[in-house]
Amino acid sequence: MRKYVPKDNVQAKSYYTDRFWVAPRVPRSTVEDTHFLAVVEAVGTQANETYVELGQLVIHINPKNNFEVMKTLKEKCGYTQCSEQSAVDYLAQDNEFELFWQLLNINEAKRIRVICRLANGLAIESIEPLYKSANFAEREMFDMFGIKVNNHPFLKRILMPDDWEGNPLLKTYPLQGDEFASWYEVDKIFGKEYRDIIGPENRDPAKIDTEDTKRFSRVGYEVPFGADISEGETKTAIEYSETFLVDYNKNSSKQLDERR
Amino acid sequence: MQVANKLSPFFENLNFERDDNTMVINFGPQHPSAHGQLRLVLELDGEQVVKAYPDIGYLHRGIEKMAENMTYNEFLPTTDRLDYIASTSNNYAYALAVEKLIGVEAPRRAQVIRTMLLELNRIISHLFFVATHALDVGAMSVFLYAFREREFAMDLMEDYCGARLTHSAVRIGGVPLDIPKGWLENAAAFCDKVDYEVEHTYEALLTENRIWKMRLEDVGVISAEDALSWGCSGVMLRGSGVKWDIRKEEPYELYPELDFDIPISDRCDSYGRYKLYIEEMRQSTRIIRQLIPMYKDTKPQLMAHSPQYISAPKEEIMTQNYALMQHFVLVTQGMRPPKGEVYIPTESPKGELGFYIKSEGEPYAYRLKCRAPSFFHTGLLQKLLVGTYIADVVTIIGTTNIVFGEVDR
Repeated sequence: MRKYVPKDNVQAKSYYTDRFWVAPRVPRSTVEDTHFLAVVEAVGTQANETYVELGQLVIHINPKNNFEVMKTLKEKCGYTQCSEQSAVDYLAQDNEFELFWQLLNINEAKRIRVICRLANGLAIESIEPLYKSANFAEREMFDMFGIKVNNHPFLKRILMPDDWEGNPLLKTYPLQGDEFASWYEVDKIFGKEYRDIIGPENRDPAKIDTEDTKRFSRVGYEVPFGADISEGETKTAIEYSETFLVDYNKNSSKQLDERR
Repeated sequence: MQVANKLSPFFENLNFERDDNTMVINFGPQHPSAHGQLRLVLELDGEQVVKAYPDIGYLHRGIEKMAENMTYNEFLPTTDRLDYIASTSNNYAYALAVEKLIGVEAPRRAQVIRTMLLELNRIISHLFFVATHALDVGAMSVFLYAFREREFAMDLMEDYCGARLTHSAVRIGGVPLDIPKGWLENAAAFCDKVDYEVEHTYEALLTENRIWKMRLEDVGVISAEDALSWGCSGVMLRGSGVKWDIRKEEPYELYPELDFDIPISDRCDSYGRYKLYIEEMRQSTRIIRQLIPMYKDTKPQLMAHSPQYISAPKEEIMTQNYALMQHFVLVTQGMRPPKGEVYIPTESPKGELGFYIKSEGEPYAYRLKCRAPSFFHTGLLQKLLVGTYIADVVTIIGTTNIVFGEVDR
């Protein structure tokens, strides 16, 4: 039977986990810092949950309120820089994305993280009018996760080509790329009908083709670039050292017809 | 449309006749001063830029995706490929984020070595900036002199870790190696050399140079408000008069114990930023000089003791069965940090380099986001280039000091 592979998360997983293993959690503490308390008060009822994790205040909000919350944080609490924003894929577990914004207050030297859960298929409001750094960051989020951003001035793919299919950072997207990715160049440059002629990309970095005279696989036995060596040159059999390796040549080994 | 014939060839980079009487010009991605793989689409009115569109992604390798498919220790050498001019600062930023997550602090000697390597990498990066920026603007000889000193710095890195470009000189929980014999003396001599050359070569060649000043003064002006809003950090922020250095404000490693100044400039232009880079090199040598005597008073432990997350030293693995078992589990399965999320910023030579790590208690990070300073500095180009002249475009790209390893990741 073929081994079952879950389709909703194709990323690498631990091959063994003790059945009694329970992952601990990074300690979360209640908000005690006076500056953070003022921030929590300013955000008010728009915050669903607040706590301090590793020295930074974390505020959970509803995705609908993100613009108002950011506006409050920028104008009332002095968070003048949005240093990072992106998303985390929780589609397999909850059919949701977790979006985070990492804000910085340079006068107080404090950082907070605003987090919201956005259901799959919904769009988020752009914070580009408040923080211009969101211009590139939201484009990257759109590119990598396919999360649409409302009122973004130029929502377009940023790292991947414009005609790319799929969003690379989704958990459903394999590390090696999907079928579209593996044939992207061939399809684009030559056309789909050339897939059979060109063949799949070889990803084995140690592959040596002794017949190939166009690359550097014949070091010490060079011939002119691209010369045809199919005729006239005897093929050298690969010989293994008998001292270190067992000789697996067909002549000396015997193939059994039946299982013993 | 262009009509190409023998007398007027087809200009594939240009689009002349548009309705609004502007010309669209394509810059890069193979332009020598595109700092790697930057493609800029510029809309010109005469020689003035009316619209700039930075197009990135030509060096995208999916490093964040790879992080989700590698154990924490496996991923560390990959961070070398972010800002490949100063690899150790990437290794360190990543290691620090994981250390915060697992609650481990590196031993004192490792901290001394790490801080020295970080500052050495800052010098390497700033020398590279001065060299390439001068080359972009047209001062060829500075390039040769600055690369000469950079070679000496890379020799020091080679003596320490064996690599010149992709160092991987930091591990999660410490450093892999102790300092070799004679390294501290070489480092002290290198500091003297850099101080001498900064004053007598680069500053003498550039600072009061009439052409250099004409090309850099009042070029690429960023207001403090813009710099904050566009996510600038590092010299780009300090060059706009904002006093913000993570080494001082949110100190990590040995920086709180060290005596150094943060130069700021309120000129807001390329010349001010060039002066900051020069001054930061002096501060870095000052830091390294303070660290050299600190090394002697430290105990020889190099890696933190935390058996759940970090392998024991080699002697223990070879002599004690339990240490061997733990080492085996850590190598084959990888460490499992607790559930939680962390964002730790560090002051890399380019600006604020931070790693956001979301852990679900698995040996693989559930999500890793690399906050690269150059990414946001590239975004700023669409604001910064508008209104400037085509001759200043290369200067402005140079002054942002972007590295495409970390823009595209």
